[in-house]
Amino acid sequence: MNKGNLAGQIFEDPRYHEACRSCMNCGVCTAICPAAGYYDYDPRVIMNLIRDSDEETLTALLQSDLIWYCGQCMSCKPRCPRSNVPGAMIQILRSVSIKNGLFSKSSLGRQQLAIKRAIGHNILETGYCIHPTRVDPEMHPEQGPVWAWMSNNSDQVYGRFDAGYDQAGPGLLRKISKNSLDELDRIFEVTGCKELWDQIENSHLSL
Amino acid sequence: MSKYWKEYQKEIADDNYFYVRSCIRQNFFPGAENLFIDILRNKLGKTVFEDADHTTCTGIGYHTDIVPLETTMTVVSRQFALMMEKGYENLVVSCVTSFGLYSEILDMWKHNPELKKKIAGYLAEATGRKFMEPKNMVHASDILYKYRNDIAAIAKHKLVNRHTGEPLKIVDHIGCHYAKTFPERGVGGAEFPQVLTGLITAWGGQTVDYPERRHCCGFGFRNYLVQENRGYSIAQSKIKLESMKPYEPDLMVANCPGCAMFLDRWQYTLEETEGSIYGARGRKIPVVTHEELAGMVLGYDPWEIGLQTHQVEVEDLLDKIGIDYNPELKYADRKGNLIGEPEMIQHHLC
Ligand code: SF4
Ligand code: SF4
Ligand code: SF4
Repeated sequence: MNKGNLAGQIFEDPRYHEACRSCMNCGVCTAICPAAGYYDYDPRVIMNLIRDSDEETLTALLQSDLIWYCGQCMSCKPRCPRSNVPGAMIQILRSVSIKNGLFSKSSLGRQQLAIKRAIGHNILETGYCIHPTRVDPEMHPEQGPVWAWMSNNSDQVYGRFDAGYDQAGPGLLRKISKNSLDELDRIFEVTGCKELWDQIENSHLSL
Repeated sequence: MSKYWKEYQKEIADDNYFYVRSCIRQNFFPGAENLFIDILRNKLGKTVFEDADHTTCTGIGYHTDIVPLETTMTVVSRQFALMMEKGYENLVVSCVTSFGLYSEILDMWKHNPELKKKIAGYLAEATGRKFMEPKNMVHASDILYKYRNDIAAIAKHKLVNRHTGEPLKIVDHIGCHYAKTFPERGVGGAEFPQVLTGLITAWGGQTVDYPERRHCCGFGFRNYLVQENRGYSIAQSKIKLESMKPYEPDLMVANCPGCAMFLDRWQYTLEETEGSIYGARGRKIPVVTHEELAGMVLGYDPWEIGLQTHQVEVEDLLDKIGIDYNPELKYADRKGNLIGEPEMIQHHLC
């Protein structure tokens, strides 16, 4: 990877070809975008910036909050008359921002640490992105009293639907075997995810 | 069917399925997946294989940018390898996020053989498994769509209000990652999504067309998962709920577990925070998944398929359709012992 050359890193991403073919700046993506309706965010502007940006502009963009608003719904994809995918461009920008430590300059970017410690650790420790015992009703009042009942009585509630809940073998929220968890762990190691996680943890330390 | 509409059809394998579960569906709709398997095996006579060794696809990690593309691709290639090792080629995916992601990955491998080779290398290095791709890949709702008329033929109930004789008015919500990401992989594409409408009309109901029908439910990944961003998520669901309100829907059905959960939970939160209620006669709108909708028409016990795990109560809907239930067993465990009731359940009477 050619560090310091942000444009190069963006163009090299395997998603780039799909994300940006040729933007005509029509703004259809912005019109359909749920994030644009909620935040001061405009995918058309981002697509435009990427096209003819120098390193300085790209650095400013990758350090800013702007790349962290997208909700990844991909509603922009089927609507773009040029078959671009602004949501995929956002994935590329976020990944380059993290790799270069620029994300920690944005308060929204710094949320990556909390996400990594929640979802990331769930994945490697349980084999699931989320687990009933890890969605704390106290932290999730919006989940309502039925969720609190499910989470607080998980053995009985989940056990009603499958006697194999949290047990070895197939079935509802089965316990993922040690062998499978080890394989996941090795995949995360050899494909560079662990390194990325170190980057997220260390950028936080150096603040 | 005219040639033109062929573009909006997709190939759905007719038997011998390898089923991969969804983290979200298992957490929030814990009866739905076993119900789906039971319908396939015992009502439709199909073979479904479930592998204990498959894991999360990492989809939520990928779309929150803490899991890189190549890691996700290798985890997904491991699920494909498990399937082939067991002698299956037809993948059935429970989660819509996974389905969109698998579609994206297969597309990228097709256009980027170098990348595919690299992932095969990672898979071998990390797990010793052999890289393979599925022959057919569909979402679980596609299978119910394919067999909707067979299900109608053996159904015990119709989606009809038995008091008025009118078809139930049903909102279909299709997960964004089902057809917006790869329109050619969804029945009806992104423009004419048929997968849930097909179920609704085959089973006697009518669909509600309302202005924000295709708007995202608002999951938004980091926008829900991080507490301070959650306003985004509820704001998007509110746009949909306000838009559907004048049509007085009897229920909503969603093929994505995340959408079903948010449209259910945000109704509770909007009532608690703003006093807003979006259904007719001061009642909230029940939200069910595609499996649960099939289970209701096929006459399954509502509590055995998990309808008590929804925040919005379903009793009104069961009464309209004429589905029997035992209120005493709603909050019971496997043996029929009461677990204890959720606190603050609100009963709206009018
Ligand atoms: S819809 Fe497509 S062409 Fe139009 S501004 Fe957005 S990315 Fe560019
Ligand atoms: S993927 Fe992102 S940019 Fe595209 S419509 Fe959704 S929120 Fe907007
Ligand atoms: S996308 Fe669905 S199956 Fe994949 S990890 Fe997330 S919830 Fe689980």
